[in-house]
Amino acid sequence: MMLSEADISAIWLTLKLASTVTILLLIIGTPIAWWLARTRSWLKGPIAAIVALPLVLPPTVLGFYLLIAMGPNGAIGEFTQSIGLGTLPFTFWGLVVASIIYSMPFVIQPLQNAMEAIGQRPLEVAATLRAGPIDRFFTIVLPLAKPGFITASILGFAHTVGEFGVILMIGGNIPDETRVVSVQVYDHVESLEYAQAHSLSALLVIFSFIVLLALYWSQRKNSSASIGVMK
Amino acid sequence: MPSATDNNIHINFKLIDKNKRAYLDVDSSIPATGITAIFGHSGSGKTSLLRCIAGLEKADQGKLFINGECWQDDSLFLATHKRPIGYVFQEASLFPHLSAQKNLAYATKRADNFVSPEFYNRVIEVMGVEDILTRYPNQLSGGERQRIAIARALLIQPRLLLMDEPLAALDHERKQEILPYLERLHESFDIPILYVSHSMDEVARLADHILVLDQGKIIAEGELTEVFSRIDLPQRLEQESGVILHGKVKEKDEQWQLMRIAFAQGEIWLPDSGEILEQEVRIRILAKDVSLALNNHDDMSIVNRIEVKVAEIKSDADNAMALIRLTMGKDYLVAKLTKKSTHHLQLKVGMSIWAQIKSVAIVR
Repeated sequence: MMLSEADISAIWLTLKLASTVTILLLIIGTPIAWWLARTRSWLKGPIAAIVALPLVLPPTVLGFYLLIAMGPNGAIGEFTQSIGLGTLPFTFWGLVVASIIYSMPFVIQPLQNAMEAIGQRPLEVAATLRAGPIDRFFTIVLPLAKPGFITASILGFAHTVGEFGVILMIGGNIPDETRVVSVQVYDHVESLEYAQAHSLSALLVIFSFIVLLALYWSQRKNSSASIGVMK
Repeated sequence: MPSATDNNIHINFKLIDKNKRAYLDVDSSIPATGITAIFGHSGSGKTSLLRCIAGLEKADQGKLFINGECWQDDSLFLATHKRPIGYVFQEASLFPHLSAQKNLAYATKRADNFVSPEFYNRVIEVMGVEDILTRYPNQLSGGERQRIAIARALLIQPRLLLMDEPLAALDHERKQEILPYLERLHESFDIPILYVSHSMDEVARLADHILVLDQGKIIAEGELTEVFSRIDLPQRLEQESGVILHGKVKEKDEQWQLMRIAFAQGEIWLPDSGEILEQEVRIRILAKDVSLALNNHDDMSIVNRIEVKVAEIKSDADNAMALIRLTMGKDYLVAKLTKKSTHHLQLKVGMSIWAQIKSVAIVR
C-alpha cells in the first residue's frame, strides 16, 4: 500500500464526515421515520417523496440547488450568516448538510420499514400497561426497531463514504476540509497517479464489501431471531 | 347521573362508520363485580366495545363511568395509559424482546400501586408460571404465553380487567388447560372482569352476568341464568339454547354411581363425576334435551322428571320447532319441541307439567 499523507488525511476526513452525518441522520431521521410510519395525514405521500428524491436525482442537480440555497443569497445561507457562521459551501459543515440530505433516504426508509413492521398491537399493549407515548417509544419502538437502526446506520455511513457528485459541487477540493477519499481518487486519476489511485480505490472496494457483508449478516441474524414479530 | 357510591360500570358508546351507520350503539349498566361476559357472534361489535372501554378506540359519542368515576364523557377522554384497566388480548401479546419475567416487570414497574412480593408471588402461583419465567415469548407455547399475558395484566393491579377472547387463538386442549386458571383468577382476585367471547361453553362456565350483542346493539343483559333462559332472542343465537342452573351436590348413590344435585326447587340425578358433597356446581341443560309430559310416568328410561309450570311459549311461523320456557321455583328450564307436540299437549301459559331431562352437562 502506498498511501500518502494526503491520502490518509482524506480517509480521516471521510470517516469523520460519514460518522457525523450518520449520527445526525439517526437523530433527525428517527422522528421523521416514526411520523411516516404512523401518520394517516395526506402529507405522508409528499413528505415520503421528498425524502426519497435523492435516490433518483443526479447528484449534480441536488448539489446545484444546495449550492444556491447555502450561498450568500440562499435561504440556508442567509440563516447561517445571520447566526454568524458565514456561508457553508466549501466547508466541512457544508458537506455535512449536503450529505444529510443526500443520504437521508438510506436512513429513513429502513427505520420506517422497521417501525411499520412493529404494528399497532405492541403499542396498544404497552398503553394498557400504563406506558405513555414517550415511554412506549423508548421501551417498545426503539428495541423492536433495532434491526432497522443497524441497517440504517450501515447504509447511511456507507452511502456517505461513497458520495462524489454532491461533494464536488458543494465542497470542491480543499485538503483537510472537503477533500474526501472519492475526490482524492479522482485527483490521483486526473494527475495520472494510477498506483495511488489503485491503493485508495482498492481500500474502498474492500471497505464496501465488508460493510455489505456485515449488513447481510445482521439482517440474517435478525430474521432468524424473528425480532419485531409478536409471538 | 352515577353517584360516587355507585357500584356499576356505565357504558354508553356509539361508533359510526363512513356511511353514517352506527355499527356500535350501546347504553348499559354492568355490575362492577364478578365476570360479565360480552357475548355475540363475530362482527357483533363486542371487541369494539371492549376497545372503547379501554380507550383504544375513540367513540364518536361515548360516556364511561366506573363506580361513579368518569373516564370519558363529552369533555373528557382519559388516554388508555391513564385508565386503571388491565387488558388481555386475543392473541398473546407479550413483548418479543423481553423474557417472560421482564414482560411481568414491565407491568410491576408501572403498576398503579406498589406490587408487594406477596401479591407478585400470588399472581405467579395462581397463573402457574413460576417455571417459565426465564424463557422468551418465542420459547413458550400458546397457552403459556396467554398465562403470562394474564399475569401481566393482573400485576398492573387494574380496577377493571378486560379480556378479549383470551382463548380464541388456542386449540381445544390449550383452552382446557387455561380455563381452570381463569376460574382460579375469578376466585382469587376481587377484580371485576369483562370477558368478550363468542363461545357459549366459556360463557356458561365462567360468567356471572352477560351482555348479548347483536349487530352492535345489546339484545339481552342480566344474570347469566336469567338471560340463558330467555326464549325471545333472535333465532341465530338459539342453536345452543339452554339454561344454566346453580345447584349443590346433596347425596351420592354408591351402588349406581350417581349423585343428586338439588336446586332451589327440584333436583336431578347425574352420573357421579367426582364432586364432593355440598360442592356447588353449575350445570347446563340444553333445550333439545328437555321433553314434556302431562303426567309423571315412571315407566320410562328417563330418570329426571321435574314438575314445572309453563311460563312462555314461542313458536315462530317459519320453523317447525317451538321453545317453551318453564319455571321451576325461581329457576328456569327451556324445552324445545315441535309445534305439533305443543299443539298435541295443548300447552298453555300457567299450566303445570312434567319436564323430562334427557341429558345434563356439568360446566363447573
